[in-house]
Amino acid sequence: MDTAVVSASMVDEVLAVRDLRKVYGSAPVVDGLSFSIRRGECYALLGPNGAGKTTTLRCCLGLTQPDSGTIRLVGEPVPREARRARIRVGVVPQMDNLDPDFTVAENLIVYGRYYGLADRDVAQRLPSLLDFASLAHKRDARIGELSGGMKRRLTLARALVNDPDLVFMDEPTTGLDPQARHVIWDRLKQLLSRGKTIVLTTHFMDEAERLADRLAVIDHGRMIAEGAPRALIAEHIEPQVLEVYGDGAMQWAEAIGRDLAARIEITGETVFCYARDPTLALHSLESRPGVRYLHRPANLEDLFLKLTGREMRAES
Amino acid sequence: MSAALPAVAEIDSPWALPRVSLRFIPVWRRNFLVWRKLFVERLLTNVVEPLLTIVAFGYGLGSLLPQIEGVTYLQFLATGSIAMSVMYSAKFEALWGAFSRMHVQKTWDAILHTPLSVDDLLLGELVWAASKATFTALCILLMIWALDISREPLSLLVLPVAMFIALVFAAMALIVNAVARSYDLLSNYFTVVVMPLVFLSGVYFPLAQLPDWLRVIAQWLPMTAAVDLVRPLALGRWPANGVRDVVLLAAWGAVCYFIALVLTRRRLLK
Repeated sequence: MDTAVVSASMVDEVLAVRDLRKVYGSAPVVDGLSFSIRRGECYALLGPNGAGKTTTLRCCLGLTQPDSGTIRLVGEPVPREARRARIRVGVVPQMDNLDPDFTVAENLIVYGRYYGLADRDVAQRLPSLLDFASLAHKRDARIGELSGGMKRRLTLARALVNDPDLVFMDEPTTGLDPQARHVIWDRLKQLLSRGKTIVLTTHFMDEAERLADRLAVIDHGRMIAEGAPRALIAEHIEPQVLEVYGDGAMQWAEAIGRDLAARIEITGETVFCYARDPTLALHSLESRPGVRYLHRPANLEDLFLKLTGREMRAES
Repeated sequence: MSAALPAVAEIDSPWALPRVSLRFIPVWRRNFLVWRKLFVERLLTNVVEPLLTIVAFGYGLGSLLPQIEGVTYLQFLATGSIAMSVMYSAKFEALWGAFSRMHVQKTWDAILHTPLSVDDLLLGELVWAASKATFTALCILLMIWALDISREPLSLLVLPVAMFIALVFAAMALIVNAVARSYDLLSNYFTVVVMPLVFLSGVYFPLAQLPDWLRVIAQWLPMTAAVDLVRPLALGRWPANGVRDVVLLAAWGAVCYFIALVLTRRRLLK
């Protein structure tokens, strides 16, 4: 291989994880995970609760000792040089942990000190950070006066206080209302357009589909699929989906649907019919008045449920 | 090119020696800023509680009692209570303060996502708790000067000594913090460990009053050494066993801080 090409790809690799393994007790939480993330990319780790996403993030930050495997974060080997790596990384944790005794501005200034930044320098960047978070009017408000969405935006601004190359986000929109989620998504897109790299964990399919250039579906600590969202859907799922429910849906599925669809899944009261060409199935449904249905293109949720199974998880 | 990736890199063993660095200062400053904001409301506890002890026991009870070790009971108690308040203050901050930052507010999680390490964080908490306790010592000392209980220049040395003993007691408390799952353990520790330490320390009465076996135990306890150092200084004399007291306290402090650090690393870096 051409060494010039290799070294160029090393530079572009913001995070590289190889054969990562972490066992708690006798249960492997992360079980041989490998992935690598290029500069400027948004990469999503998608998986059910307990799939190992948060443990993977902790290992990447050098806060958890892996049992085996290697990690290189912004060029530094982790955990050995984790401190040095974290200087150039921002983190938006799952739970807000802003300082409740401080104002919005104080939260940013105090956090900057942990990176060795002078108050003066952070104060200079403060207006742009507050603008980014749409919190300029709340500069001197206490944290208790902020809504859930505002707190998330402040946490995001706080993760940018050191102008990081890479931002880790652990379920950034969990617990937010739809409006607040859209604002966060908009801000993440702004970050990507500025060339930041984002690593995202989520169990919201629409979030991953909207934001991620590439995603990894993880279950039981293993990667079961990786790629661009649309390409993954095309690879694993028939393009058309009929969700059939209401009176007689099951009977229709057994008598007719099974023959007309490429694949059928039943979850609770709903029959999911996957097909390349659903014309015949649609005709047959139109003649059954009690049965209701929804016709839509395949999405990430179909992929996720196919790969990780439909049964409820004990952890969820 | 896989050779460019190193073999499994290790997080420091939990048993590694403390890594001391000035990076603890931002943690100290964070706590200081909170304290400054709540200064007025908290000042009352700093002043009123020791004042009550001195007035009720010192003036009230003291008027009924003979002189002790050549001073009035008021002087005996007031000067001893500096050491007691320093310990309470350090313990309180390293228990309830640190625990709410670690467990409830998750401030420690936020800090550990930055380049700071567990060692920096714990050192910041230790020095902060000791600083706050030193401020308490200053409040009581001012009271003692104001009430003319003692006005010796040597009593200024109480302040650095207070900082030193506060470090020891904060280190002990950080062990409890590292293993606590809820506030219950903190209260139990206070009742079962801290209160007996005070009663055996010679704050309220001279150790000579204790039975022999108990006095032997008391002589090895850190609180006893702390009273032994602070009281004479506050009264304007040099401590009789100063070197022994300092060595004993330093040993307690070093061992306790190391244990606290090991347990905290194990808790946070799992």
